[in-house]
Amino acid sequence: MDVLTENFSLYGRGLLGTVELTVYASLLALALGFVMASFRVAPVGSLRAFGTVWVAVLRNTPLTLLFFAVLLGLPRFGLVLPFQLFAVLALGCYTSAFICEAVRSGINTVPVGQGEAARSLGMTFGQTLGGVVLPQAFRSVIPPIGSTLIALAKNSAIAGSFSVTELLGTYKTLNELGYSIIWSFVWIAVGYLIVTLTISALFNVLEKRWGVAR
Amino acid sequence: MSDTVLYDVPGPRTRRRHRIYGLLATAAILALVGWALYLLFDTEQFTARKWTPFAYQGIQEMLLRGLGNTLKAFAFSAVLALALAAVLAAGRLSEHRPVRWTATLLVEFFRAMPVLVMIFFVFVALQVQPLPALITGLTLYNGSVLAEVFRTGVISVDRGQREAAYALGLRKTQVMSHVLVPQAVRAMLPTIISQLVVALKDTSLGYLITYEEFLHAGKLIASNLDYDLPFIPVVMVISPIYIGMCMLLSWFANWVAKRERRSLKTEGVEVNAAEPGTLLPGSKQQ
Repeated sequence: MDVLTENFSLYGRGLLGTVELTVYASLLALALGFVMASFRVAPVGSLRAFGTVWVAVLRNTPLTLLFFAVLLGLPRFGLVLPFQLFAVLALGCYTSAFICEAVRSGINTVPVGQGEAARSLGMTFGQTLGGVVLPQAFRSVIPPIGSTLIALAKNSAIAGSFSVTELLGTYKTLNELGYSIIWSFVWIAVGYLIVTLTISALFNVLEKRWGVAR
Repeated sequence: MSDTVLYDVPGPRTRRRHRIYGLLATAAILALVGWALYLLFDTEQFTARKWTPFAYQGIQEMLLRGLGNTLKAFAFSAVLALALAAVLAAGRLSEHRPVRWTATLLVEFFRAMPVLVMIFFVFVALQVQPLPALITGLTLYNGSVLAEVFRTGVISVDRGQREAAYALGLRKTQVMSHVLVPQAVRAMLPTIISQLVVALKDTSLGYLITYEEFLHAGKLIASNLDYDLPFIPVVMVISPIYIGMCMLLSWFANWVAKRERRSLKTEGVEVNAAEPGTLLPGSKQQ
């Protein structure tokens, strides 16, 4: 118990770092994933190909390799940014591939008749997309996006090994200060449980509010 | 009738417009690729000095050893995770409440925990060698995710199958092993293989606990001053191999999914798409 009370600010900083990484990377992943999903369903062949390659490559890249390439590789091109920003970039790009697939399969669950009905009523492309397809796709997309974002929060632990302040990294400082290693890990575990269970609860609420029983 | 909900089959004018968009998009993508290539050449990543290390036999052998270690960690953790998953899934489906609760608690805990925290815990706190630490972490995590996959599979087998088996006088264990599990595994095989892709990707976490795997070998070459720190060449050599291995396994998962969907043996259950096992922890779906 002492480990937590005596190092509250250290744990707090670590937890805050993890939350920050998760939030920023989630926003990037959601934005990029949405763009890539729209590429993948576009009527333009080259954009579809670009989206497909993006998803296929990133989904099959080990995240450690991506971190390795982004955090240690990009500076070789003269691009020097804070490590935290690099970590957000790596995490966001990696997760965007999974978000893209979730959104795309969400769009595919909307029956074709819905779009045909909308068009036969004279709706434009924008109206069909914004008024008919996306609201229905959004409902079936909540659970997969939730589990993807939980995976993102868990993956953010890798950033700690690349000199970014986050929760798992706190064990090193505590180890040097001579605290019981088992207890410091217990509190790290509790921290991660708080983060993942919060996201899970949030998405369960969203699911109850907007999800459909199809 | 179009194959997408978003737009109709395009007419001649729309096709012309799409062709223009296509040309513009192709030009933009080519510009992006060209810019990346320019950067690579501009920062002198293709000089002979940076690529010489790959011509040496010692370095090639080191890379192969690293690849072998990666595959070794993957093989051990895949087999152990499948075994653990079978035990945990049996526990979660048990009729005895204490067994069910214990299994549920273990599965939910290990699923909610980052796999890296487990690996570090075993490595740092229990003072274990890197390889067993990596295998333990991967086994616990993937084992509990796969347990949930197995359980979902067993539950999703058509109810009539179970009832018919009981009506024939089969015992509980017989129903499970002869009727439910074979069909559940068939239906879940694509998901199981996709989860193994996750395990294969996560073996690269061994790099962070100094396990001498593929990425570690790459790092050793990359930090060599004699070859002018060939960092980008190393990434360009090892990432296609990593990504290739994972893609091969993913492609296999998709192939299995397609095959099983046509098979008569999976009539009693719906074959899942090849997605890694992702259910919200703590949720009660399916």
